[in-house]
Amino acid sequence: MPKILGAVTVDEARCKGCDLCVVACPVDVLSLQPKEVNDRGYHFAYMANPEKCIACGSCALVCPDACIEVYRVVEK
Amino acid sequence: MKPQDIIKPENKVIARPRLLLDAHTHYCPGCSHGVVHKLIAEVIDELGIEDNTIGVAPVGCAVFAYNYIDIDWVEAAHGRAPAVATAISRLNPGNVVFTYQGDGDLAAIGTAETIHAANRGENIVIVFINNAIYGMTGGQMAPTTLIGQKTATTPYGRRVDLNGYPIKISDILAGLDGTCYVTRQAVHTPAAVRKTKAALKKAFQNAMAKKGTSVVEVVSTCNSGWKLSPADSNKWMVEHMTEKYPLGDLKNV
Amino acid sequence: MKGNEAIAHAAIRYGVDGYFGYPITPQSEVLETLEAEMPWETTGMVVLQAESEVAAINMVYGGASTGKAVMTSSSSPGVSLKQEGISYIAASELPALIVNVMRGGPGLGTIQPSQADYFQATKGGGHGDYHLIVLSPATVQEMADFVGLGLDLAFKYRTPAMILADGVVGQMMEKVVLPPFRPRRTDEEIALQCPWALTGKHGRDHHNVITSLEMDSVKMEHNNIRFQQTYKTIEENEVRYEEKFTEDADYLIVAFGSVARICLKAIEEAREKGIKIGLLRPITLWPFPFKEIARLSHRVKGILTVELNAGQMIEDVRLADEGHVPVYHFGRMGGMIPNPSEVIDALQSHFPEITIK
Repeated sequence: MPKILGAVTVDEARCKGCDLCVVACPVDVLSLQPKEVNDRGYHFAYMANPEKCIACGSCALVCPDACIEVYRVVEK
Repeated sequence: MKPQDIIKPENKVIARPRLLLDAHTHYCPGCSHGVVHKLIAEVIDELGIEDNTIGVAPVGCAVFAYNYIDIDWVEAAHGRAPAVATAISRLNPGNVVFTYQGDGDLAAIGTAETIHAANRGENIVIVFINNAIYGMTGGQMAPTTLIGQKTATTPYGRRVDLNGYPIKISDILAGLDGTCYVTRQAVHTPAAVRKTKAALKKAFQNAMAKKGTSVVEVVSTCNSGWKLSPADSNKWMVEHMTEKYPLGDLKNV
Repeated sequence: MKGNEAIAHAAIRYGVDGYFGYPITPQSEVLETLEAEMPWETTGMVVLQAESEVAAINMVYGGASTGKAVMTSSSSPGVSLKQEGISYIAASELPALIVNVMRGGPGLGTIQPSQADYFQATKGGGHGDYHLIVLSPATVQEMADFVGLGLDLAFKYRTPAMILADGVVGQMMEKVVLPPFRPRRTDEEIALQCPWALTGKHGRDHHNVITSLEMDSVKMEHNNIRFQQTYKTIEENEVRYEEKFTEDADYLIVAFGSVARICLKAIEEAREKGIKIGLLRPITLWPFPFKEIARLSHRVKGILTVELNAGQMIEDVRLADEGHVPVYHFGRMGGMIPNPSEVIDALQSHFPEITIK
């Protein structure tokens, strides 16, 4: 059975740390940076558990700032 | 395979919409406006109408919509977007015209313009963001504020005897002969976002086909105004808003 | 034809793209005539009866933002409703034509003629620092001519223009030579002439935005400075007026619109009795003929303004006169119109030295 591998990029400068992507992710890939902040003072999102990503795109769909892009590889 | 091996241009499946301008939005973190902007930008791109779409921005939080989507825009006076859109559409039948309005703009100060543009069946799309509050001015009562809901001008909760009832304006618009499509959607989950995008696409296609007025209400959140976190706002919206404003198509002819 | 009808016919012939109005006496014939003429069948002009004056002026705003030649007409209470929209049009630097066929106020007032909206028209009307180019017709011919003139000036300076007519000029019937037909501008011509217009991005590398909003105070002040420079240019170049019998006048009457014609009759009758009175009729109420009145104030013994109001234009005449000679006002209100003998009586009451030979 082919395995889907996913990854996302977060435009850190644009992210407002709203947490909606973290909540929307069905496999707990994303978290907000616990300490680090961007230029505007937001704890931006990042892949805390990148190996879990299934490239479902849920995070990108709910992101109000269109700062998440999604990548997918099908490993045969 | 490591993330850096996956993150390559040829593997990209979701990109930032091409028609979103580079500006950072002024919206609060988690605001529904950003999601709807994104969907409109995608729909315009996918329908290939970037060069002939004209947007009409409201007064309210979305007043700066023109800074975010790369199409021609005009900023209307408070509530008058449907009148502005009427003239643009009538005088420029080759253009696709839409308004983007909040609940105060569309259902309070602009009720007359909204109803009459829809009743004339203007070939326009009305995108209606219903977050039950006035966001820009600091969280005052909107015409769609729920009974009991606390706002800056209903600090003890909206009371029927003082403030009347929340208005279901989309139901009114669905009852007019000029509307061809009236739907109520939300953007609180990935599935809901997909449905809202499909609704917007249908609405824009209706305008292109000159079928009359399409209204896409998006039951939204205003976490700053509601004084909740974005995630809790979505929960509150599902628990409270959707009872008064049930999601789904109200009219589709 | 009636003055109001002349407006409608002139609009079609000028190649106006859109008219948006709402019925109100005494100007409803503009909309009625346009609906009867069905110009959408001939020139393609859009005519729409809006749900209110507020909607109509915002339709004008929308149409103007796309570079189209658009107009609305109304009467005093309706024009009050339009003021917010007019302010937006001025602040967005858009060309448009607004016709006000004035009736008596304040409030619902009366449907009879008046000139009581002079302040509103010439001092801005809505909120913020702006001016309209204000044209004052005295004849049905001028009602027709000023449609084209108003729109030409509006496009030349990218600012709204107003025809400020009184109910007399709107309702009276006179012979009129209508302007020749000319085709409406094509979309290509509009895109070329109005690069700022919303046409859809078609071939442009940037999007066009029409807005009056600017949150940066520095930029908003710059916008205001630009508006004021435009107004200064208009003041220097577009003052229009008519003088009659001023060469040898001992006294000057300043009046606009239909009242100027009553005053001219009074002046002719007075001259038969040896009283030398001259008339200055401002055709542009803004920009106002300050210099011309100042020039005449050095040659006459006194000035009378005659208006269908409690004394509005007199303030500008006094500014022009700068205290040189006494300036008095004679006015009728509430829809009443003076006859020529009343004008002479008023002049004599203020200048007792005038004696009829």
